[in-house]
Amino acid sequence: MYDVLKVRNDFPMIQTLKERHMIYLDSAATSFKPQCVIDKVNEYYTKENANIHRGDYDLSFEVSDEYENARKTCAKFLNAKKWEEIVFTNGASSALNLVAYGYGQKFLKEGDVILSTEAEHASNILPWFKVSEVTGAKIEYIALNHDGTFDIESFKKAMHEGVKVVTLAHVSNVLGYIMPIKEITKIAHEYGAVVVVDGAQSVPHLKTDVCDLDMDFLCFSSHKMLGPSGVGVLYGKYELLDQMDPFMLGGGSNARFDICGNILLKNPPFKFEAGTPCVEGVLGFKRALEYLMDLGMDNVQKYGHELHAYFMERMKELDNVEVYNPHAQTSIVTFNVKNIFAQDVAAYLNKMGIACRSGNHCAKILLNVIGASETIRASVYLYNTKEEIDYLIETLKGVTLEKCIGASL
Amino acid sequence: MMEESLKRAIILDHYQHPRNKGLKDDPSYMSRHMAADSCIDDITVMMKIEDGEVKDVCFDGQACTISTSSTSIMSTLIKGQSVEKALMIIDEYYKMIDEEHYDAEVLEEANAFDTLSKQANRINCGTIGVKAMNEMLREYQNGQQ
Ligand SMILES: Cc1ncc(COP(=O)(O)O)c(C=O)c1O
Repeated sequence: MYDVLKVRNDFPMIQTLKERHMIYLDSAATSFKPQCVIDKVNEYYTKENANIHRGDYDLSFEVSDEYENARKTCAKFLNAKKWEEIVFTNGASSALNLVAYGYGQKFLKEGDVILSTEAEHASNILPWFKVSEVTGAKIEYIALNHDGTFDIESFKKAMHEGVKVVTLAHVSNVLGYIMPIKEITKIAHEYGAVVVVDGAQSVPHLKTDVCDLDMDFLCFSSHKMLGPSGVGVLYGKYELLDQMDPFMLGGGSNARFDICGNILLKNPPFKFEAGTPCVEGVLGFKRALEYLMDLGMDNVQKYGHELHAYFMERMKELDNVEVYNPHAQTSIVTFNVKNIFAQDVAAYLNKMGIACRSGNHCAKILLNVIGASETIRASVYLYNTKEEIDYLIETLKGVTLEKCIGASL
Repeated sequence: MMEESLKRAIILDHYQHPRNKGLKDDPSYMSRHMAADSCIDDITVMMKIEDGEVKDVCFDGQACTISTSSTSIMSTLIKGQSVEKALMIIDEYYKMIDEEHYDAEVLEEANAFDTLSKQANRINCGTIGVKAMNEMLREYQNGQQ
């Protein structure tokens, strides 16, 4: 049994929210951290402070060991074949940029096609704009249904011999729909294309098995899944990582170099990790992964689905609200209060102690597909409760334009 | 301080019936598209200045209550004024937003935003259109020197 009240006790921010009379419905932006993660970061600075992969003393060896164990924990979390397939980055954005630069810019050429969707986060589409500009490869988009949902038939139609890279979010940050990644990779591989998965919104919520889903690359952030910010992961199949170029060169990524400019890079993952990384962040991230595995990702996923289904059900009671992603299954609810600008509603919700986000969420799909450029996004995670959702619903019932204006005075 | 119910009424009025809304297809107008400062409000402000006087101000765009009403109110305040007077009004407005000592008299309906400084997340909304006007007035002024 998943005991959300017990889980809440592990998060000091939940106590802070009580003191500030707030509820937090913006975990899609960043999640709270459990005490064990916070303690770990602290412990590094109080008991383990040394650089990794350097130094001839115990302290440095110990922390290097722990850093490398984080890689192993992450490989286990994703069911990756080898720990060498886990590259630590600064976050999902830097992992996505690394793939675009190190793989896309290296291997794509004029006439090749990058296939994506119009629902991508800026961090997964802008790097490919650059690849297109530099290589002459073209970006094509898979047609989405009129309500923003994805249809595998449209994907089949969009696939062709010219497609070399398929890049998309497993779960979109705007609509929260879950993409059928397993079917997508199967079809893409039949055409010889590689599949880059933006897992920033999926890995925190869904049990993710990179082998079963046969992803070529998967990028995500620690901070959205209970870990510290400043850390992300690029998972890549070893053969692909081996062929890829690093984004940065420098200390720690080379085995040797000489005065003539010859560089011998280390093997993956080390060739991608030049410079001192966010050591305390990686150690904290390891704790977060352990915490999630202790809860069981099956349980986290199940609770997330249940809570989200309850959220959607209750939203349907509201006549004054339009929900844009009724078919979503996890985490995200995107909506507007009829006839009130999203930002005004968000200001009112803020005044009523509810943290959620208004904006166009860096994806142009809403405008084209749904006809609303600005929306409010509420998102839930493993520490949210039905009572919190109830409070949001009651608050939305009473919202008026006058109250929204009042909230800014 | 302006009374809250009055403020609310002023803002609601300018939001629902914005003054000077709608752009002009006239090359003698200066124009500023304000979209880069925030990814949510998207406002264009146009201004016609002749012989040191603000002959016309107009605006359009997708925006929240605070940005629409503040732009609307400021357009009424500076339309028909000399460039110097318009800049003075805008300066007083900025002083109010920055919580400095300011002259409430010249701000008229813009006093509705006299506590906006307390709402950190809305300050950008309350200054986006005003910033466009300020930029155009200064550009005109610099061009005259
Ligand atoms: C779908 C998606 N991709 C990528 C990112 C970028 O993540 P980060 O800001 O942690 O690099 C986000 C974060 O909002 C996201 O939602």
